[in-house]
Amino acid sequence: MMAYLAQRVLQSLGVLWAVTVITFALLYLLPADPARLVAGRSATPEVVERVRHELGLDRPILQRYLGYLGGVLQGDLGRSYLQKIQVSELLASRLVPTLELTLAGVLFELLLGIPAGILAALRRGGWLDQGIMLLSFAGVAAPQFALGLLLLYVLAYKLALFPLGGYGGWEHLVLPALALGLAGGGWYARIMRSSMLEVLSQDYVRTARAKGLAGPVVVYKHALRNALLPIVAMIGTDLGTFMGGVVVVESVFGWPGIGQLTWQAIQTVDIPVILGAVTFTALFIVLANLLADLVYPLLDPRVQYR
Amino acid sequence: MNRWILALALSFTLLAQAQSPGGSLTVSFKDDISTLDPAIGYDWQNWSIIKAIFGGLMDYEPGTTKLVPHFAQGYSIAKDGKSYTFKLRKGIKFQNGREMVAADVKYSLERMLNPKTQSPGAGFYTGITGVADYVAGKAKEVSGIQIPDPYTVRILLDKPDASFLHKMALNFSFIVPKEAVEKAGADFGHNPVGAGAFKLKEWKLGQQVVLERNPDYFQKGLPYLDTLVFLVGQDPNVAFLKLQRGEVDILGDGIPPAKFVDVMKDPKLKQQVVVGNQLMTGYVTLNTQIKPLDNPKVRQALNLAINKERIVRLINNRAVPAVQVLPPGMPGYDPSYKGYPYDPAKAKQLLKEAGFPNGFSTVLYANNTDPNPRIAQAIQQDLAQIGVKAELKTQAQSTVIQAGGTKGQAPMIWSGGMAWIDDYPDPNDFYWPILSCASAVPGGWNWAWYCNPTLDRRAEAADAMVQPGQEAARAKAYQGIFAEVMKDAPWIPIFHEKRYLMHSPKVGGSDAILVDPIHTPVNYAYLYVKR
Repeated sequence: MMAYLAQRVLQSLGVLWAVTVITFALLYLLPADPARLVAGRSATPEVVERVRHELGLDRPILQRYLGYLGGVLQGDLGRSYLQKIQVSELLASRLVPTLELTLAGVLFELLLGIPAGILAALRRGGWLDQGIMLLSFAGVAAPQFALGLLLLYVLAYKLALFPLGGYGGWEHLVLPALALGLAGGGWYARIMRSSMLEVLSQDYVRTARAKGLAGPVVVYKHALRNALLPIVAMIGTDLGTFMGGVVVVESVFGWPGIGQLTWQAIQTVDIPVILGAVTFTALFIVLANLLADLVYPLLDPRVQYR
Repeated sequence: MNRWILALALSFTLLAQAQSPGGSLTVSFKDDISTLDPAIGYDWQNWSIIKAIFGGLMDYEPGTTKLVPHFAQGYSIAKDGKSYTFKLRKGIKFQNGREMVAADVKYSLERMLNPKTQSPGAGFYTGITGVADYVAGKAKEVSGIQIPDPYTVRILLDKPDASFLHKMALNFSFIVPKEAVEKAGADFGHNPVGAGAFKLKEWKLGQQVVLERNPDYFQKGLPYLDTLVFLVGQDPNVAFLKLQRGEVDILGDGIPPAKFVDVMKDPKLKQQVVVGNQLMTGYVTLNTQIKPLDNPKVRQALNLAINKERIVRLINNRAVPAVQVLPPGMPGYDPSYKGYPYDPAKAKQLLKEAGFPNGFSTVLYANNTDPNPRIAQAIQQDLAQIGVKAELKTQAQSTVIQAGGTKGQAPMIWSGGMAWIDDYPDPNDFYWPILSCASAVPGGWNWAWYCNPTLDRRAEAADAMVQPGQEAARAKAYQGIFAEVMKDAPWIPIFHEKRYLMHSPKVGGSDAILVDPIHTPVNYAYLYVKR
């Protein structure tokens, strides 16, 4: 187990390192000159050169990369070109809202997706199954922007049940999390349904039924635990990607998450912020996947790491 | 009798109601506020907030483009136009309680000019004597900024600059207290301390900025509001709903495009919209160094080919068609100038004379945010009418800016979303940065790569007309310069955008204040809550 863990951690570090290399290279290749954008439109070429020097952009790329990597290893992500404050401070201010939205979003996905998937599997081919599958497809296919605006318009503006976006207590969290849940829940329902169907056709389920166990006991005690395995992997992925920010949902609901920060940084070519946000996101994706791997054996004793 | 008293009382309450102090208003923005450091802020969103917290030696009469002394009590200009002496008002207090003195003016300017500050506005002040040595590290101070006594600042210029007073009203020259800057270190942009009408109360990164009234503000009775709240990260469509519900009072990003027609049709909502001019020109640059656009006849032909009325209709008439470089409201704008009317037949004729009877192929760059690709398509269609095949390249703003500043790269660029809105209301801001020889350099904003040394000399001569009383002659001089520019046709002027400010019914303030040409979107110090 420990050997496996060590191997996985090493792999993860390798992935993180590769992410910094690739992001750095891509930003270097970008056909836009951050020094010019910082220097402003009134700047003479000499001023631009001085700003380039101040930002350290006149150094060779390898030197710049090593400087960045050295900083990251010491927890220093550099300073935003535009806002002039530490990138870590910018990320920190977005951390809690992002974490809240991530957890609430995954929770809604599970609350909507898993019961729907089980129900659809148990009523396979019936109108309930077809209805659920249709709805889940609509949830997945609907543009999040339109879905979010619709939720806001009906539940917040017309019915005044929730605030019109913004960050605050749980009442602010419900609608953006629901928007994520409706979209992602569709996937969960589909995966859950097929996974459940597969498990229900297994011999041990038939045996349980043959023993004369009641339907619900068979489903929840014997089948569900095994059927959940693919869902765990999905949760891991979602936790990671949501922590990277859900740009559309965050913008519609005015949620101060990492996605908004990253999106604005990309538009203004604020390289330290982009690099910081990408590294941070990669860290979470790697961590969440690692976590999912570690949860597997708890759910399924047959899975063992050596 | 009673009726009279009632009427009198009523009129008094109306008067009092008009500008009764107190209350709070909320402004919504989509983007986060990047900085409130006056030396750094360079977009209209942080400008208006910076102008609420800080101030400079000069300002403008509210709602106009007329310069007036602000923290300066008055000023005098030397005969040769190369020396400005400002007398500072006594008793002006920074928000940390200390009185402002002349040394603060010198400190603030030198801080902004210091390359370490990376001020995007430093380029405006390179004409001050001694800046070059200071910036190069050869001098510890700027020799041309002198403080003969604690309430006097004298600034020497290398050559006369009629727009210099405007530059002293620009945020980059706003006055900051040294001790507060040093205390905040690099984060002064998030811990601003100025001497303006409002002071920072609270800043939640990515969520909101709250300003409160500065009780020590030197203009008695101002500001009217107790608090001013800026909500950031607000989707314009949601902000529009919030406005209708009374949770937002001013739409900082304007009316969402999808709602514009509905709002203007609705008699009630229309009441909440104020329309104003903007000192802005949107244009297509014709790169004068790339064949066949190096031929003035070709450039004139392209000017005749564009149906600007149709483009204006594409954006719901939120602009007026442009025929010249300067926008209406700018000194030197010529209301009688006709320019190049839409005339495809004549355009074809000119192309034929220039040796391109069958047209030619070229490339048109544009910013990829709506409505710019649609506008670029309209231009592309108009050009096709005269046989010019323009390939569209719609790209991210920073990429287009980069292409424009690269020699020989972009034959044509639609400037929408990028250029040009005035920095200050003087015609030379539409000449030196975008049409002069000095700006036709790599990394510059003269995307037409237009260079006419004769006009440079004429502009220099016009900028030497600095004395009061010479304004009209100088405006006339610039009118002539821009008429010559249009003969060479390095641009196709397309339109001048109008501004549409939408507010809640409780927002009080004259229309001029609500679409202030300087304090965009709004001059917050003069806003009040209707009761």
